[in-house]
This record gives sequence, C-alpha cells and structure tokens, in this order.
Amino acid sequence: MSMKQIADWALNTATQRGASYADIRIVDDRQRSLATKNGKVGHAASGESLGAGIRVLVNDSWGFAATDDLSRDAVERTAAKAVDIARASAQVKEAPVRLAPEPAVKIEWATPCKVDPFSTSVEQNLDLLISIDNELLQVKGVTLAESNLQFGRSEQWFYSSEGSDIHQTRYLTGAGFAAISFAGTEIQKRSYPNSFGGQYQCKGYELIDELKLVENARRIGEQAVALHKAEKCPQGRLDLVLDSSQLGLQIHESIGHPIELDRVLGMEANFAGTSFLTLEKLRTLRYGSDIVNVVADATEHHGPGLGTFAYDDEGVAAQCTPIISNGLFTGYISSRETAETIGEHRSNGCMRAEGWNRIPLIRMTNISILPGEKPLTFDQLIAGTDNGIFMQTNRSWSIDDKRYNFQFGCEIGWEIKGGKLGRMLKNPSYSGITTEFWNSMDSICSRDEWTLWGTPNCGKGQPMQTMGTGHGASPARFKNVKIGTAYQGN
Amino acid sequence: MLDKAKAEEIFQKIKKFASVPEVETIFASTDFSLTRFANNTIHQNVSELNEQASIRVAFDGKTARATTNRFDDESLKRSVQAAESMARVQEPDPDRLAMAKPDAAAGAAGPPRWFEQTAAITPGDRADAVGKIVAVAKKNSLVTAGIYSSAQHQEGIFNSNGLSTWHRQTSAEVSITMLADDSSGWQKANDPDVKHLQPVELAEIAAKKAGDSQKPQELAPGKYTVILEPAAVLDAVGFMFMDFGGLAILDQRSFLNNRIGTKLFGENITIVDDVDHPLQANSPFDGEGVRRKRVSLVENGVIRNLVYSRGTAEKMKNSEYAGKVGDISVTGHGFPLPNEIGEAPMNIVFITSGGEQTVDQMIASTERGVLVTRLWYIREVDPYEKILTGMTRDGTFLVENGKVKCGIRNFRFNQSLIEMLSHVEAMGKPVRASGEEAFDMVAPAMKVSGFNFTEVTKF
Repeated sequence: MSMKQIADWALNTATQRGASYADIRIVDDRQRSLATKNGKVGHAASGESLGAGIRVLVNDSWGFAATDDLSRDAVERTAAKAVDIARASAQVKEAPVRLAPEPAVKIEWATPCKVDPFSTSVEQNLDLLISIDNELLQVKGVTLAESNLQFGRSEQWFYSSEGSDIHQTRYLTGAGFAAISFAGTEIQKRSYPNSFGGQYQCKGYELIDELKLVENARRIGEQAVALHKAEKCPQGRLDLVLDSSQLGLQIHESIGHPIELDRVLGMEANFAGTSFLTLEKLRTLRYGSDIVNVVADATEHHGPGLGTFAYDDEGVAAQCTPIISNGLFTGYISSRETAETIGEHRSNGCMRAEGWNRIPLIRMTNISILPGEKPLTFDQLIAGTDNGIFMQTNRSWSIDDKRYNFQFGCEIGWEIKGGKLGRMLKNPSYSGITTEFWNSMDSICSRDEWTLWGTPNCGKGQPMQTMGTGHGASPARFKNVKIGTAYQGN
Repeated sequence: MLDKAKAEEIFQKIKKFASVPEVETIFASTDFSLTRFANNTIHQNVSELNEQASIRVAFDGKTARATTNRFDDESLKRSVQAAESMARVQEPDPDRLAMAKPDAAAGAAGPPRWFEQTAAITPGDRADAVGKIVAVAKKNSLVTAGIYSSAQHQEGIFNSNGLSTWHRQTSAEVSITMLADDSSGWQKANDPDVKHLQPVELAEIAAKKAGDSQKPQELAPGKYTVILEPAAVLDAVGFMFMDFGGLAILDQRSFLNNRIGTKLFGENITIVDDVDHPLQANSPFDGEGVRRKRVSLVENGVIRNLVYSRGTAEKMKNSEYAGKVGDISVTGHGFPLPNEIGEAPMNIVFITSGGEQTVDQMIASTERGVLVTRLWYIREVDPYEKILTGMTRDGTFLVENGKVKCGIRNFRFNQSLIEMLSHVEAMGKPVRASGEEAFDMVAPAMKVSGFNFTEVTKF
C-alpha cells in the first residue's frame, strides 16, 4: 500500500467528518545504539518504529490521534478519533485557531550523507568504541571509561488537506566518550568532543572520522585525573572565555528557549515555562552587545545541524530568521498558528515532532551565533585577555522558567593571566541574567573556530518530546561575569 | 490492546525465528491520551495507541536487543536477526548470566493497579474536568494552563527459560498552573484510580497560591529555613537514587562510594524501596522479569543497602566491596539488558515514625523562613557531595513569625543533598507526590534549616 493511499484514507475521513484542516505524518524510524564501558559492550540495541499521526482542526480546535496500525480500518478509525478529540477540545476555548497561510508543495529531500551509517558493520563500530576505552584505561587513575555511537534514520511522509506532499529522510550520527576518575572524596569527569554523549549531526558516518575520537582519548583521560590536583575555581567577577560547545548550550538555554513563540504566548506555562521575551520586546530589546548576531537557520546552507531539514512538520519550508541582529532582538521562532496570532504573515517553519505518535511543537532548529567578521583565532582571543578564566565542556546547566537567571558548570577551567592560559581549575561555574550576560560579550572568534554542535536531548511538551537541536558557535569572551556561584556556601 | 495471550503467541513465533538458545521479549502496549490547556483553552489534545516487542537474544556470553512495533512475521524475523547479528560480533563476556528462570518472577500479586473507571475516561470527560478548572481560574481572575491525561498500559516479559510475567495498570494525572500578572501557583497529582483525583480541589489550591504570591518581594539570597512541599522534596531527592544501584558502586560513580554503613543523613531519615506500597504505582517486576523486593535503603540516617540486578549481585559478591555494602541479593531492580547502568530503586517510600506535622504546623513554628511549592530545572553540580542547583517556581513565600507573609521572587539554590537530609527539622505524613524532575514517590513535606539560596531572579 502506498503512503499516499494511507494519507487519503486519513484525510478523507477527517474532512468528511467535519475537519476544516487535516494533516498526516507517516514516519518510519530506525536506530542503532552501541555503548561500551571499560572495554566491554555496555549495550547493543537497534530499533524500528512505524506509525502515523493525524492532526485535525474541527470547530476551530485541535485534535490529534496516532496509531501503529496502518491498515485502512485502523487509519480511518484513528482519523475519526482525532475528529472526536477536536470536538471535545472545542468545549473549552477562548479564541478560534487560525493558521497563517502556507502554499502547498510536493517535494522530496534527504540529508546529504556520504556514508550511510547503517552500512557500517556493528563489528567495526564496537571495535572503535573498545579502542577508545582501551586508550582511556591506559591512564592511571581513570576509574571508568565509557564510549558510545548512535545512528538514526527517519523517513517521513507528510500530506495535508491543503495539498502538500512532502517526503523527507533525515540521518543522524553521533558519538563521544567520557573518562571518569574517582579519588578521595571527588568524582571528576572529562568528555569528548562534548558532554552528554558527544557530538551529533545530521550526516553520515563521515562525522565519526572527523571527530578523531581515538586520537583524543589519552589527553582527555589525563585531564580527568589531573583535575583532582587542580586548584578550585575562584569565586568573584572575572572575564570569562567559553569554548564553542559551552557557548552552544548557553545559546540553547538563554536564547533558543525564550524565543519560542508558544512559550511567549503562555502555551507552555505548566511545564517548560514562559519567556521574558514578551511581545513588546520584539525589535526594541537590546538583547546583546553590538557583536551578537544570532540566527534560527534550518536550511541546508547552514550546515548538517540537528535542526536542518527542508520542511518542518506542518509543511512550512525551512528558513533562516535573524533572531538577534547587532545586539537587537529581531525574531521569534513560530508555527502557523502562533505566527497568525501575533500578526506575522507567515510561520518561519519551526514545528517539529519527536515521532509519528507526537504532535509537532515549536522547537529550535539551528540557533547559532554567527562568527566574528574580523579574523580572530582562539589563541588571539586568549592573548587579548589579561585576567580571566577559560571554561570547557558543560557539566551542569540550569535556568529559571522565564529564562532570566542561569547557572552553568563546566568540566574543566583554565586561568588566563596576561594573555596566556595558566593553571588548570576544577569545578568551574558561572551565573548571570540572560540579557546582562549577552550584553557583556566583547569578542568572538571568526569562522575557522566555529562549530555546529548538536544537542540531542532537548525536552519539551506534555507528553514530553525529546528533540535534537543545532547550535553553531565560536569561542567568545564575556566581561566581568559572576564566577564560582555553584560552590558558594558549600 | 495487546494482552498476555496475544503476547505469548507472538513470543512463540519469535522463539521459532531465533537461531540461538536464549531469547527474551519485553512487550509493552499503551493507550495514552492527554488534554492540554493554556490561556483557559484546550490547545493540544492527543491520543496514541502503540505496541512494541523488544527482543533480546543471548548466547556464548554475548547479548543484544532489537525493538519493533510491527508484529508481522517479516518484521519479527528482521528484529530477531538484527539482535543476533549485533550479538554475534561481540567478545564473550564471562560475567554474562543465563536468562532468569521462572521462579525469579514469583511473588505476591501486589495491589491492583487497573481500574475500569480510569480506562473508561473519554476526551469529553477530560474536557469537562478542564472546563471546571478553567471556571476556578476565571472565578479568581486568573489564567490557567495544565494537563489532564489518562492511560492504560500493559507490559510483560517472556523468556526461553519459561519465565512469564504480565502487568497492567491505568493512570490518570492532573497538573495545574494558575497565573496572575506577576505570580503563579501549581499543583499536580496522579493515581491509577481516577476516583482519587480531585481536579477542582487542586485548582483551588493552585489559585490560592497564585493569589497569595502576587506583588512578590525580593529577598536577599542566603541560608534560610525552608518548608518544602512534597513535590519539592521528591524533585530534589530524586537525584540521588541512581547512586543506590550496586553497579554504581562497582563503577565508583556513586556518592555512596566508601559511605555505605555510615550515618550520612539525620536520624529522622528512613527510606525504603517498595513497589507494593499502596501509594506506589509501578510494575512489580524488573527488566529481566525478576519480582521486585522491598529494600531498606536508609535507616535512621545510615546507608544500609543497595539494590541489585541479577548480574550486579553476582559481581558484587565477588568484588572487593563484598562485606562492606550491606546485604547483597537479587532485589528485582535491574533495567532491561544489555545496559551499562545496572539498576536503581524507582519505588521510593519515605518512612516517618510519628510526630508528623502538617505544612501549616511547620509554618506556625517558623520564625523566619521560605515556603517552597516546587523546584525547577534541577541539575547536579557536584556528584560526590551531591550538590544540586535549581530554581524555586510557582509559589514561593516568605514566612515570618509563624505566618505566610508574602510572595517572594524566585531563588536559585546550590544545596548539598547530604546537608539537606542532615538538617530536616520536621516532616509531614508521606503522600503520593509527583513533580517534574524526578519519578513519583511517597514523600513527605520537610522543614529544613540552612537551605542555601545563592541568587534571586527577576520575578
């Protein structure tokens, strides 16, 4: 049976029962997940999941139902259920749902992928992970070595009652490792190339070769052990240099979430929270210093980020939206419904669903800070810093439910004195208020130091959905930042 | 929905498709619906039917898993072959145990957790309840957001040694936020039996919190006596229970490394893991089908025992830690194999021994302190001292001279759990509580001295 036929069953049933709009996403997901611990297989798993989610507007209210059964009877029953649910929604409403217009399209698109990760053998994958573990365990004092590989392939067929027919296939590849060292009364950890599983991108196995995992294992293991003897990060106000992965997470938490228009409009108030970026702040708020330029860019041109696609999950084309332009707040990320609510002429295409059994929500695409225009290497950035701290690789992250007050801890820090990196520092952390922090940025490295990081585990929604987001960043410097709060009073 | 008989039938096919001696399948079947509201409007309303089979094969000290939600012969064969091919290329692990035998699943039936009245909830029922919550909001000139969900869930494990388990349960949940211009209030509850849910009562409490915390004052950060409502307690303490697994000790990644048998918390802290507690609501068997047992984790502040999967118990008995970690036995707390994290207690019950106080009594005995409704965005700052950071949210109040004085702006905390549980001055009666950062537990409200607030935010 063709996907178009399945879609017709759903859309015809929905419209015949009174839906003014309906769409269906049929999704075929495939995953491989491998992990090793201390040179042994930790887990080895694969998964596949196929199903359809049907979204309808009836009486100006939403309904959604999903099924793993793609038989005609089940699909039509599920579409009818979505209509019934929408009718129930309509019992409690203050205003009708209206959608910003979007032209119907017919398109096929796939992630550019040099090497299909599923074409590599599990044996080859495990050999790599065990080699990394063995390198880490060569370092005396490493008490736990962990490595992992993740592959995903998601094929989606989207059809709407407006005539869209969009077929997309997205690949995901990710890998990383961590060295943990327990000694005395301290557990220290170093991760590579990033914490929480490493680096993730929408590309093929070629990412794994680029990451040079084995080559970096020994150095990372040695750092984990050396942290025990390092000085504690001081407390006070100092200049702060962040590596690009930590800056990526800083963007995620203090820019990416507050610009979500559903949060701004109160739709996430019970769980993820709201946002300090109330509507009157658009094009009036000085979000950051003049050198802060941030975009929400889902287009292929931006790179193979976890937020790269051709069309979002309600059939809107991928776009690049200026979010912060020379420090000025210039854009939200939106859906067809929320764009219409605030009077925008079009959604900027940020509706994404975790799978066939979830509705699309406004999610970050690739929310990236643009690199500095003037050439500036990381070494030059440090050379221009008289007294500060350089922090690498996230260890903890927390921010309030309007996205004002944040605190981040990093795995490792380094003192900067007189333009040079000095002694290693353990347990570094910093905190601040979002707009004050971004307004204190006085320098950012140029394109050569820019990396498009993947955050695979962003949670939002009820029921909770996990989504991958992309964040491009170069190392940057912030002036007079509050350092060391995490251990204050402890 | 998938039932035990149908699952058994599918498992027989899976066994037939396998070319290796040991096969296990975890079945899960879910019918889940959730009505979500915001701005006094139902804005999302969803329903999902999903069933899956997660197939594990094992042979020669090797094992792997493949999961599918398609039960046709071709899909099942493909998944069995995927698991076998992933296992085949592994090096044999001499520590890998044979699959559990049927007697591992034996145990008392446990309390009923399937209720017809919960299974029968319709979209219209949920909309009616949301309408009543919205009416409470409007009566108080507030705006409300939240959820009302209902679910039926069935799960079971079968293996080629003849082990066979099945569990079914229902669940209904309500979470409500009430918003004023500069304040908010929150309540959440769930239960297998919908008759125990009182959405309007919860809405009234949330509305009162939102009303009472309007025009919040800014208080200087510092160490305060706090009264943590049960949701705040569980979201904080939830961050320590992964460390009570035996494998966490063997891996030396636990804050209990070198601390088992020591008095780490106050005399008044006693914690057990007990899936059969009447206020608990989970499956009675673990990821290998082993019946969960009641385990005493903390007794009067002393760390007594860990929980174990079958494999970890064997490793621990043969390790340098045997004799230093309390009782070592298979407790039925393992996660599905293969995994690298072992096990954890997930059915936490705090035990109090008389003298419980209500939150009102705690307030009345407090000269100056902070009443906290819930905590938010909690993360671990230090894994061995168990320092956590996070924010207060949706109803934070100054208590002075035994009374709630006013709402205050939300604080950031950086607080060691060890210190927190060493300074509990009073506890309430443990209740079934639900938060957003940790799993549900049976936890009390707590009055804690010297709680470390380090910063204040803008609202």
